[in-house]
Amino acid sequence: MIVKREKLTFWERLYLPALLGGFKITASHLVDTLFRGNNVAKQVSKGYYPEIPWTVGQNYRGAPYLVRDQEGHTKCVSCQLCEFVCPPKAIKITPPGPDGQTADRANAEKMPLEFEINMLRCIFCGFCQEVCPEEAIFLQKDYSLTGLSRKEMIYNKEKLLTLGGTHAGVQKWKHKLEEAKEQESFPVKV
Amino acid sequence: MSNVAPTEAKPAAPATPPPIEKIKVKVDGREIEVPKTMPDPMTGKQVATTMIQATNLAKVDVPHYCYHPKLPVAGNCRMCLVEFGTPAMGPDRKPVMNPDGTPKIAKSPRPAIACATPISPGMEIYTTTPGVKQMREGVLESLLINHPLDCPICDQAGECKLQEYSVEYGQAQSRFVEAKVHKPKTVDLGPRIVLDAERCILCTRCIRFTKDVAGDDALGIVNRGSYNTIATFPGTPFANNYTLNTVDICPVGALTSKDFRFRMRVWFLKETKSVCTSCGTGCSITVGSREEKIYRYEPRENDAVNSSWMCDSGRLNYKWIGREDRLKDVLVRGQKTTWSNALGEISEKLRKAAPGSVAIVASARQTNEELFLLKKIATKLKAVTDSVPRNGEGDKLLVNADKNPNTNGAVFTGIVDCHAEMGRNLGKIADGIKSGAIKTLIVFGEDVTKHGISAELLGKLETLVVSDILPNKTTAAAHYLLPGCAHAEKRGSFTNVKGRVQRFMKAVEPKGDARAEWEFLHEIVYNVTGQNGFVNIEGLFNQMAAEVPAFNGVTWASLGDTGVTVQI
Repeated sequence: MIVKREKLTFWERLYLPALLGGFKITASHLVDTLFRGNNVAKQVSKGYYPEIPWTVGQNYRGAPYLVRDQEGHTKCVSCQLCEFVCPPKAIKITPPGPDGQTADRANAEKMPLEFEINMLRCIFCGFCQEVCPEEAIFLQKDYSLTGLSRKEMIYNKEKLLTLGGTHAGVQKWKHKLEEAKEQESFPVKV
Repeated sequence: MSNVAPTEAKPAAPATPPPIEKIKVKVDGREIEVPKTMPDPMTGKQVATTMIQATNLAKVDVPHYCYHPKLPVAGNCRMCLVEFGTPAMGPDRKPVMNPDGTPKIAKSPRPAIACATPISPGMEIYTTTPGVKQMREGVLESLLINHPLDCPICDQAGECKLQEYSVEYGQAQSRFVEAKVHKPKTVDLGPRIVLDAERCILCTRCIRFTKDVAGDDALGIVNRGSYNTIATFPGTPFANNYTLNTVDICPVGALTSKDFRFRMRVWFLKETKSVCTSCGTGCSITVGSREEKIYRYEPRENDAVNSSWMCDSGRLNYKWIGREDRLKDVLVRGQKTTWSNALGEISEKLRKAAPGSVAIVASARQTNEELFLLKKIATKLKAVTDSVPRNGEGDKLLVNADKNPNTNGAVFTGIVDCHAEMGRNLGKIADGIKSGAIKTLIVFGEDVTKHGISAELLGKLETLVVSDILPNKTTAAAHYLLPGCAHAEKRGSFTNVKGRVQRFMKAVEPKGDARAEWEFLHEIVYNVTGQNGFVNIEGLFNQMAAEVPAFNGVTWASLGDTGVTVQI
């Protein structure tokens, strides 16, 4: 679309009004600094960023980490939807295979053998969190991810779970198991 | 399996059956002509065409679970319910006409299952009416009542009909507030099959397959009502050689393969059209691979070869392709070198070799094209050629007693004279090496030390050129070792025991320095014979088809997905 430009008036073409407007702002800063005590020194009096962490907003999307449920079980069941949806292909999951470790929760049947997120690739889009059917991965508040090597920036399952902490959820697998156990006493046995 | 018959080779049909009458039906308002009868999948007898066959011919999709084109009709899932109408008949038994002269259609007051209702002339089938949509929604809701909805841990997710139709006809919220019936999960049905009874929708496809196709009446339904469960007889595992086909035809994740269980989600798998190499049948397969790793074989429909099935032993015979000890380096007397060095030296030696001083042991596991190129070298050098026969046990369904996938290819290209002659020359070659008449031996894909040419004899050779995929005693003795490719790593074609020529595509990259045999053979052929050939598989195949009488008239393109039958 072509934006039509208004023709400048004579007053605007003089250039002086804009200059004066600029001076007015500069002068207000001068007054603020000298007489109202509202200066930069005051603003950073407690220190600069690394020492004073930046408070992130409530909806901030930081690094994605895996979480455990309230009983300390790994929530991820290795469905690999996040790996599929991840736009920069930062997530790599190794499924357990038929002989792999069984899940923490008996009837969830599986959990990842390995779960890696390459934080150098991650773009913090939050698709993994959105797609997760198990509420097992969340974008958290971490924004400052540093490491001394590229390898160090590939977070493995253990690290992701440690950083992720706990997220209390509905525990559907537990409820399914309870429901199934209640039915065991039902007349029909298979 | 009586429906497994070559579709193209019908030269000697004794008396052509009378042409099948065609009748006109309308599918969603579009008139099509369909045969009045079609062969029954089990007996091959002509039976009345059903509505679902007509809609398939009209390329209209009717959702279904229990219907399978290669199995007897059960009609129990009710998903394929459609509305229909037939021409109205007056009291005088004459069709009632509309004012505009078209026959008046009397719409049936109730729906019918498309899979089991025969068509009649003038019938109109409606698959998109609001009523049909409501019926599908109702059936789906009922099927989902006791379904556990554990898609995140279900191997079928991604290729599950229940998932697919839920997207189209499902509801976001379940109206079922009662507790779901829980049935056994992770039931060990047999050595290769795991059953999750909760996921089962009781379509009985597996029961019908194993009883009517595999001929092993091993599965059945036990218990009543919502406790219906697929089960085997107590103490009898579901263990025939075709069990894994039930995993393919299971529309949900009830039956899963132990081998593939939790290995990879299916949506990551790249599907490549290929051919099974475990026996002479050469079933059409789909190779599922991801990031240069093969995860599974699945049968691909080919009525001229394997219908829709394949045996378990062939299906699970893929792991060797990813073995760690695969030959990856070009070795000249044990030293790693480049292809150009090795091929240059081999060509030089072969050019200088006296006629008759060279022998070639090819393999009937090689492709038609590779055998054709080897034969070119043999002709030029007047070399003795042979191949190794591999006989085992066959069965009446798909497994062939000939365990070589390309015996007929070896015969057609002239590596061996006929199947019975295969292996006869091996003794002659051994004697030739012993007497010193044979100084150069070229071995492709076979361990000749197991077939009468001992390691000591190999030591007497001046030049031993070996190409193989996995290490063995022959590769250990090789002067020139050329790493080759598994069929999944290259393109080519095989000729099965019935003369069906099928092509296969490349699924994964070769390991290390390995190259497709036809690529480097082409180079050797050019260096030795001076005849230039094609450097792509299409051209090479077409050249072979022109030069080998059996393949005359066949082109790479004409092979298509299911191949072409040639006269054997």
